[in-house]
Amino acid sequence: MKELAIEARDLVKTYPGNVRALDELSFAVAGGTIFGLLGPNGAGKSTTVKVLNTLTRPDSGVARVGGLDVIRQPDAVRHAIGSVAQRSGVDVNASGRENLTLQGRFHGLGGAELKTRVASLLDRFLLTPAADREARTYSGGMQRKLDVAMGLIHRPRVLFLDEPTTGLDPEARSDLWKEITRLAHDDGITVLLTTHYLEEADRLAHRLAIVDRGRVVAEGTPDALKGELSGDAVQIELSETPGDSAVAALLSSVRTVHDVTVTGSTVRARADHGGSAVPAMITALEAGGARVSSVRVTRPSLDDVYLRHTGRTFNEADQA
Amino acid sequence: MTALMHTWFMTVRHLRALMRQPWWIAISLVQPITYLLLYGQVFSRIVELPGFHAPNYVTYVTPGIVIMMALFGGGWNGMGIIAEIDRGVMDRFLVAPVSRAAIIAGRLVQMSIITVVQAAMMLGLGWVLGARFEGGFTGLAVLMLCAVLVALPFGALSNAMALVIRRQESVIGASNFILLPMTFLSPVFMAPTLMPRWVQRVSLVNPVAWSVETARSALSAHADWRLIGTRLVWLAALGLASAWLAARAFRSYQKSI
Repeated sequence: MKELAIEARDLVKTYPGNVRALDELSFAVAGGTIFGLLGPNGAGKSTTVKVLNTLTRPDSGVARVGGLDVIRQPDAVRHAIGSVAQRSGVDVNASGRENLTLQGRFHGLGGAELKTRVASLLDRFLLTPAADREARTYSGGMQRKLDVAMGLIHRPRVLFLDEPTTGLDPEARSDLWKEITRLAHDDGITVLLTTHYLEEADRLAHRLAIVDRGRVVAEGTPDALKGELSGDAVQIELSETPGDSAVAALLSSVRTVHDVTVTGSTVRARADHGGSAVPAMITALEAGGARVSSVRVTRPSLDDVYLRHTGRTFNEADQA
Repeated sequence: MTALMHTWFMTVRHLRALMRQPWWIAISLVQPITYLLLYGQVFSRIVELPGFHAPNYVTYVTPGIVIMMALFGGGWNGMGIIAEIDRGVMDRFLVAPVSRAAIIAGRLVQMSIITVVQAAMMLGLGWVLGARFEGGFTGLAVLMLCAVLVALPFGALSNAMALVIRRQESVIGASNFILLPMTFLSPVFMAPTLMPRWVQRVSLVNPVAWSVETARSALSAHADWRLIGTRLVWLAALGLASAWLAARAFRSYQKSI
């Protein structure tokens, strides 16, 4: 186990009007990994980032970033981290190069060193052709890239990305995903990523914590979390059915299948190994007089994980 | 040292943003010219009133309008900070090791530079229109100082108000409500002795009045240095008090994040 890059213990933060944004939230991130905080809007993800990047103080709890206490040593933390907020922090009246240069100056860089660093970041994020244009002329994807580049100017050890791909088109999103993966793998930067896209957390994060109502309700690798759910989901559509209870009775003879529910022509079940259970299920059904029109087997998704830990589907929670 | 450097970085950033706005430059040039021509013409015969001691109205009103422009420049300074909060630029600075004082100080330094440039332009135009100042170079320097010392406290207060209210419409309303009466409750356009008694009394505690009187005295042939000295001290004290308020407002913003 590498040393911990981020450590949050029992963070509590209450906003006026008795809104408890963080409710004893705890998690830890190992150095050089990508950690995802997954949750619907209003779960407390952004507040967690704001506590860790020194923007706000928690009411209670302990938080350390790179071994530094965010409450007692905020300035040292600011030197060690890069932080990209949900809202762009780009000054749209300045060019990309000016934004980067200014950010570098505040981190104590200057002279030829800063110039080269700015040029190399512009190159890396494919912004060189637009470098001297005002950022107001940039597309959403370009502004986001500039945002991330600004967070990297001083070679931070820890990078916070708060919903980095929200509002981006699919192409810009996949570009950014590649870049985020590269940051952890090639540069050894610890990345804390918040997202309300299940797919994004699944693709990028080595480990993730599911946040709901200011608490971590589940934590682990995406695969381990999904593995907690026993087996695959199998959905069978019937073109002819001998009746709900008859269908259920037919499937009870297949031993690897459980949690069978039948509603009219749709059969849902869980199976330890969906692929190998399907032939037996079809044989049993057809032998009993049912006709199968289609079969679908799906791996458990993080949506299922979320449902299991919070009792709500992700979409319900996101719209609440 | 860091705070000073960061203030300068911020100043340059704000100046550059303005220089990229041709409309802003055009309006800032045209507005004082219009004021000087308009007020200079409309009220030109006021000087004929008994008790109005001035060679001509342009000479009288030019320093007044310089101070009025400084007041307005300061009074609207807070608008920009709301835009920066809304765009996330402010929080971006706060998560970086940026000197906190520089975030406001940079805005105020930029505003002071613009105040001085605008004042110089108006003085040039005033001279073309017939304004003559016996106080010479010292008098002009005192006028510039007065303009900056009016712009600074109102700039700081405007930023403080913006940081607390954080809504552009509300700040526009409040600024309008304050700035115009401040101008007319002072001898910007009218000789103090000819103003109604209650206005004269109010103008005693009006910083706009302090600075207009100070500037006019310094620009006249017989500068009253005691008056100039005390008023400049009052203005500086007001500036310090406003800076303290702005710092408190800034802390309240930080707490609200």
